[in-house]
Amino acid sequence: MSATDGAPSTGTPLIAARGVTRILPGIVPTTLVHDVDLAIGENELVAITGPSGSGKSSLLYLLGLLDLPTAGEVLIRGRATAGMSEEERAHTRLATLGFVFQFHFLLPEFTVLDNVTLPMRALDALSPKAMRERGLDLLGSLGLGDHTAKRPDQLSGGQRQRVAVARALANDPPLVLADEPTGSLDSQASEQVFEILRDLVRTGGKTVVAVTHDLDIARRMDRRIALMDGAVVGDERVVVAPRRNMIIPGRTEGANPESSPG
Amino acid sequence: MSLVLDVALTHVRARARQTLVAVAGVATGVGFSIMMAALLQGSQQDFVRQLVNAMPHVAVSDERRAPPPQPAEQFYDAARIDGLKPEARRRGIKNPLATMASIESWAPGAIAPSVKVQGILRYSSRDVATSIVGIEPRREAAVSELPKQIRQGSLAALYSTTNAIILGDRLAEKIGARPGSKITVQTSDGIRLTAQVVGLFHAGVRSVDETTAYVLVKTGQILAGQTGLVNELRLRLADALAAPGTAARIERETGYKSVAWQEASEDLLNAFVIRNIIMYTVVGAILLVASFGTYNIISTITHEKARDIAIMKSLGLPERTVRRIFVLEAGIIGCFGAVLGFALGFGLCVALGSVEIRNPFTDVTHIPIAWSPLHYAMAAGVAVVSSLVAGFLPARRAARLHPVEIIRGAT
Repeated sequence: MSATDGAPSTGTPLIAARGVTRILPGIVPTTLVHDVDLAIGENELVAITGPSGSGKSSLLYLLGLLDLPTAGEVLIRGRATAGMSEEERAHTRLATLGFVFQFHFLLPEFTVLDNVTLPMRALDALSPKAMRERGLDLLGSLGLGDHTAKRPDQLSGGQRQRVAVARALANDPPLVLADEPTGSLDSQASEQVFEILRDLVRTGGKTVVAVTHDLDIARRMDRRIALMDGAVVGDERVVVAPRRNMIIPGRTEGANPESSPG
Repeated sequence: MSLVLDVALTHVRARARQTLVAVAGVATGVGFSIMMAALLQGSQQDFVRQLVNAMPHVAVSDERRAPPPQPAEQFYDAARIDGLKPEARRRGIKNPLATMASIESWAPGAIAPSVKVQGILRYSSRDVATSIVGIEPRREAAVSELPKQIRQGSLAALYSTTNAIILGDRLAEKIGARPGSKITVQTSDGIRLTAQVVGLFHAGVRSVDETTAYVLVKTGQILAGQTGLVNELRLRLADALAAPGTAARIERETGYKSVAWQEASEDLLNAFVIRNIIMYTVVGAILLVASFGTYNIISTITHEKARDIAIMKSLGLPERTVRRIFVLEAGIIGCFGAVLGFALGFGLCVALGSVEIRNPFTDVTHIPIAWSPLHYAMAAGVAVVSSLVAGFLPARRAARLHPVEIIRGAT
């Protein structure tokens, strides 16, 4: 996928929210997300920030079709998702979205490689051999080439999170959604994961939307959407074009996380 | 290997102990169902076998199902005659040798004639009403178990003296007679003769052992006061189940009342229907209980795996796939349980079949066991299907789990 250079794409956004509201029913209904309008294009590195309980994660789940809005709609490449069946939503998630959570959420009984190939097998678009090769490539590019046969509990927290990233990239989705991806990691591992996510955008042509309350990381993103009480209260963009060529050569490990042509 | 199978097997393997318990539960259900079915059907078959052996397959008597029509009724259609003493018939099957020959010509099996007379045995001033049966010892062996039931003396001893008689052992005990005793036999027609006890038999049925005595056909005819009389023909067929058809044909051809053993023991056979219902209910209940075990284990797995289900769903696995994983796990448990249950059931049957029952009155017997692949197929079928159903309910619930709730719960 080749992103149009530089400025955010002006055509159909990759993912868009129109008046999205999510209210948790109950004796006292709770508004998680209130009337959010949002458009995120190809090749963007977006942070969703805000204090605890501001609805950042809820918004991410709505964008990721894990949750359904009470009102409004989420469009993926201009396509409405409201009318989709459960199966269609699942398939869209499988093919277009990659999820990374605060906790790695790997399946404990499966090897690292099996965890990564699981979404490929669910999509069933490649031959088993190709799936295996792609899984090994992905893990290799994230510096996990020596750990493919291990189980998740044999890895460190940062390694597990990188496996989770590899799994999110399994079906080469254009959009990666990350929910506090560095929230449970130490600073060194956080930095590593952040760099991987950034490189997905810089050299992989992907769009990454990450919920974070780590202001240091948010500050280094290209675009910051601030939420407060479920509503968007800020949306600022940083022009990053000049930095692009400076950052990539500097990296020695995992310089090319995406083996497929971008 | 498909993704669904892979995940299912991994889950089942990772929970080896729980899986083993669930498999053992199903296996126990299947094993005991097989045993119960084998035992119940075995005892039933054994009972039928004894019943069939104890009585002739078809008994042709000199009676008719309807009273004979009066001559006037034969001549005038409209005539109805009341208060008339019915015409007395000459007793016995007419021309018994020809009748026997005709039946023998088409019915595969053996046939034996007999004379039945009611009389009183008298010995040392004790009287017992007795059913005296005149038989032909040589033919008798082919149609009844009597030769095997002789406890003292032998059937052939009937030929050894004039008026020889073989008594049921309980009858002999009642009147105090022993082999060699000379007893008096008297009929209602006043015929009286002295007979010598040459043997005792034990049929194992109290009513028979207490009230039956065997003599030769000739002696029976003397007691009946009618030479050449044969009032019952008894058949043992090659195929006991063909009895009703054979009986119907004999009745059609000869006009004599022919009773197949099924008709004679209709009540018992009806009781078997109820017994079968009880058997299938018990077997079904055992399997049902076993399937609760499966339900339990699949519920537990899905409960424990709620997080994994949320993960798989968040990755984009549709509900259908998630549901299949857990239904398949139940199916795996059901199949392994069924196979293990086969071994258990077979072992139980072998063990039970080798138990000896010692009874002072009979030979050593074994618990009757029926060997039928149907029992295995049935138990396995019910076990696998109930496992699938038991797995489906929690699987459906698991597949409907909302990933967000669990992901939120974890964060």
